[in-house]
Amino acid sequence: MSRAPRRRLVPAYLVTGGRQLTSRADLDRLSVLTLADAKLTETPEATAGIGPEHHRLCALLAPGSLSLVECAAHLGLPVSATVVVAADLIESGHLQARGPVPRAQEIDRSLVERLLVGLRTLR
Amino acid sequence: MKLVVTGPFGVGKTTLIRTLSEIPPLHTEEAMTETGAGHDDLAGVPDKTTTTVAVDFGRLTVPGELVLYLFGTPGQERFFPLWEDIARGALGALVLADTRRLGDSFPVMDMVEEQGLPYAVAVNRFPDAPTYGDEVLRKHLDLHPSTPLVQCDARERRSSVEPLIALAEHVLTRLPEDRP
Ligand SMILES: Nc1nc2c(ncn2[C@@H]2O[C@H](COP(=O)(O)OP(=O)(O)OP(=O)(O)O)[C@@H](O)[C@H]2O)c(=O)[nH]1
Ligand SMILES: [Mg+2]
Repeated sequence: MSRAPRRRLVPAYLVTGGRQLTSRADLDRLSVLTLADAKLTETPEATAGIGPEHHRLCALLAPGSLSLVECAAHLGLPVSATVVVAADLIESGHLQARGPVPRAQEIDRSLVERLLVGLRTLR
Repeated sequence: MKLVVTGPFGVGKTTLIRTLSEIPPLHTEEAMTETGAGHDDLAGVPDKTTTTVAVDFGRLTVPGELVLYLFGTPGQERFFPLWEDIARGALGALVLADTRRLGDSFPVMDMVEEQGLPYAVAVNRFPDAPTYGDEVLRKHLDLHPSTPLVQCDARERRSSVEPLIALAEHVLTRLPEDRP
């Protein structure tokens, strides 16, 4: 069973404008991305300097929020490139990101106990 | 909550995630910088190449309003730097094994241990593979008595939930009491 590799439309280094790092180092694979304000997308000054990948990400989020890793899969972009595109859009005010829920450091006994109870109902 | 599903090539990682996930498994690309081995150029600078590694992603909503995110990450040693990055903040890892080549799971078990990530071993039963009792498998896999071992069929939902339960129980034994 083999899956046809999906061809990327634009090389990753072009999508990110050659930058490797993002100002939003805190963006995580499971960060939830949400369109901040649909109107922003319409104003010319807000869309200046944003590329087709940025538009695709906004379009993808129009129906609702998605985790960053899911956006990457749907856009056919590497996760690292998606981080940069998302960071650009957060900076320009198009997107909002919130951390994964729950955060890693919030894993405690009561949470894992709840998980166990839930998993056992799936038996 | 994040969980890593790992193991050697063709052991059933994608199958397990497909079975458990409520969304069709998503195929993501992770970019990893590799230092070419033995390909040092004339200036003595090792050539670096960026490899993209396919990682499966699935999502399982558990009753009680919890969401489990499953990251199917290849267990080959050359992917370890990426693995470490993906595993950060994970609840634990499920290491898959195949009875025809148990030893293939050793490097990834070593790596998970090194990172201090709790893990359970799930032996994926293939019809043409020999079956063994748990005790024999534990011995061959050289498992610590506290490491859970579960035999499962990655194509079956109920069977695939069992290793998750074993892993969650194991994680629980390692967590300190909650502060009131
Ligand atoms: N009989 C049987 N076949 C299985 C089982 N799990 C996986 N397979 C088959 O084994 C093959 C490999 O499974 P995958 O899920 O693709 O394995 P993988 O670990 O994702 O493989 P890579 O991503 O290539 O490393 C597929 O053809 C599956 O249909 C199982 O529990 N029983
Ligand atoms: Mg696979």
